[in-house]
Amino acid sequence: MSGLAVFLGAALGFAAVRFKVQEDPIVEKIDAILPQTQCGQCGFPGCKPYAQAIANGDADINQCPPGGEDGIHKLAELLGVEFKPLNAEHGEPKPKSVALIDENICIGCTLCIQACPVDAILGAAKQMHTIIAHECTGCELCVAPCPVDCISMVPIAEDVATWKWKYPVVKLKVAR
Amino acid sequence: MTRQLYEFNGGVHPEQHKHASTTRPIAIAPLPKLLVVPLRQHIGQPTKPVVAVGEQVLKGQMIGRAEGYVSVAVHAPTSGTVTAIASHAVAHPSGLADECITITPDGLDRWVEHGALDYRNMDPSHLRNQLRELGIAGLGGAVFPSFIKLNPGAVQKVPTLILNGAECEPWITCDDMIMRERAAEILSGAAVMRHMLHSDEVLVGIEDNKPEAIAAMQAAASQCDFAVEVVAVPTLYPGGGAKQLIKTLTGKEVPSGGRSTDIGVATFNVGTAYALHRAVNHGEPLISRIVTITGNVHRPQNFEVLIGTSFTELARLTGATRDDTSGYVMGGPMMGIDLAGSEVPVVKATNCILVKSPALFPPPPLAMPCIRCTRCAQACPADLQPQELYWFARAKNFGKTQEYKLFDCIECGACTYVCPSHIPLVQYYRYAKSEIWAKEKDKKAADLARERHEFRQLRLEREKQERAAKLAQKASTKLTEASAGSPDDAASAVKKAAIQAAIERAKEKKEGIIPRNIENLPPEKLQEIAEIEARRARIRAMAQDSVEK
Repeated sequence: MSGLAVFLGAALGFAAVRFKVQEDPIVEKIDAILPQTQCGQCGFPGCKPYAQAIANGDADINQCPPGGEDGIHKLAELLGVEFKPLNAEHGEPKPKSVALIDENICIGCTLCIQACPVDAILGAAKQMHTIIAHECTGCELCVAPCPVDCISMVPIAEDVATWKWKYPVVKLKVAR
Repeated sequence: MTRQLYEFNGGVHPEQHKHASTTRPIAIAPLPKLLVVPLRQHIGQPTKPVVAVGEQVLKGQMIGRAEGYVSVAVHAPTSGTVTAIASHAVAHPSGLADECITITPDGLDRWVEHGALDYRNMDPSHLRNQLRELGIAGLGGAVFPSFIKLNPGAVQKVPTLILNGAECEPWITCDDMIMRERAAEILSGAAVMRHMLHSDEVLVGIEDNKPEAIAAMQAAASQCDFAVEVVAVPTLYPGGGAKQLIKTLTGKEVPSGGRSTDIGVATFNVGTAYALHRAVNHGEPLISRIVTITGNVHRPQNFEVLIGTSFTELARLTGATRDDTSGYVMGGPMMGIDLAGSEVPVVKATNCILVKSPALFPPPPLAMPCIRCTRCAQACPADLQPQELYWFARAKNFGKTQEYKLFDCIECGACTYVCPSHIPLVQYYRYAKSEIWAKEKDKKAADLARERHEFRQLRLEREKQERAAKLAQKASTKLTEASAGSPDDAASAVKKAAIQAAIERAKEKKEGIIPRNIENLPPEKLQEIAEIEARRARIRAMAQDSVEK
């Protein structure tokens, strides 16, 4: 009996090592929920560092304005903690926007190019710069460095392609 | 021999109202004053305009080039001048405007140069490309680019070709009328499809409420040089859905999330077959289609209409608009979309313009709570559980809706039709679908941003390292140059000589300064100098002594 117990124990121990499942690290899972705006409003230099900080317990889950309430709900669910409303210190959620360079004013200083976290600005020194709109995350990091204030944030307008069916508002018949 | 038919789950029998528009033959709609051609008329990417404002265009000239794979071109419906390329109201549930090309016809209707394609001797890929350039897309409602469906793919063969003439939705009769009047042309289009897909059998499914169409198609089939089986299928909404018609005719089910070609079946609307005939045998792009104008109008009728004609203008053809008109629907009462206004152009998807009035289409009764009676599940032709989908969509639990196969829902509205609580179920499904699509899109954008951000971090780190390495390299070369030097370098030899000379001079200085220019001095001055020199020598000796001690 004891021999069998020892054998089974050894077999289980071996199986635990041999068939060890590489668990998806929690940082990756948190990072997958974050919107990847890389705006730094959370107080960390990007989404991954914020994810790392949440995983380490150094940051709260309600510091990401672009992720909104939806993102906080998802993080709360993932981490098994209570939902808490967005911390207003880190900003308010805004409609999704993209940066737009007024090309008549741009002096080609490359400061915005250096600020863009996703390399979505095209240009060179003393050449006009332009935003690659579909790669812009709307982080606003390029707005402040511009010495001539030629960058504005333009909210993305709803068009036929991005339009969504609305949540049905149905009048219910009241039973008397 | 009668074909064995199969049944799909559920289905409903809404009132037909088909007679209203079948008493008159198809009429050619007169040339309108203005044509507004939307650049986005099909599933997939919108087209890119290839004409400029002020340009003269000919009938059939391409004005929008297909962009991306899932896309087909759009063409000028008549000759005239491009007067605008701008946003214009379009037939879309949102009521939003979209990019359109406006053409003012010159009334001459001059064709661009065109001719038949020798499809039998053409390279299949070239032929498909031609159909893409000619703008051929499915006219049954989904407007899916036909050249993609006409690609047999890796299997090289789609054994069963089905022409869909079921037209199950109430009020609409455009397919019925085209089959009655242009049966031979439809089959000529089917011949091209059969050639491209290498099909063994060609079936035409027509609901048995259209005996004239069945007779016309049978007559044409008997004249055909290949076997065509015209099958009358039971009238049951939504028996004209592609998946439902395939089930009825073959007993096969399209797998969830799959395509009909997975089970060796291709389905095309009869109108698409006609358009394909015009394209291949006459070289004409898709610039017109048959549209049923019915509902609250004086003379409901089918018209052959140029793409881009306004709904209002067409409604006028059926007599003056009635006073109690309350709105316009594109499509039928079950699946059609309510329009915000009628100043919208006909597109490739416009099979019917249904004019509404409160008498014909009374507003739906107020909804009551779901009592879980599952009448919707009994009616669902896609074998779904609409009541569960409703709860999950209402609770915004989109993960669950997908588990319950929301994307197999064809939005036919049979569930809404039977719901005793009058809940607008399909609205909930549409809402859930578009939310899921939007989330998917956001996720793709986030993934792209993450990738680009990580690459940027990597690049910055690499550049930093490269700079550091360059500096280190520079410093080390300086060091080695200074220590080793190069003996045969002429410059360094000169330098060395100079250094040597300096050393010598210093030595000389050390040994003693010999006063110069003293020849012409008076003796007392010489005496003074000698004294100074003696003092210097003494000091030097003292310094020497202290150093040696």
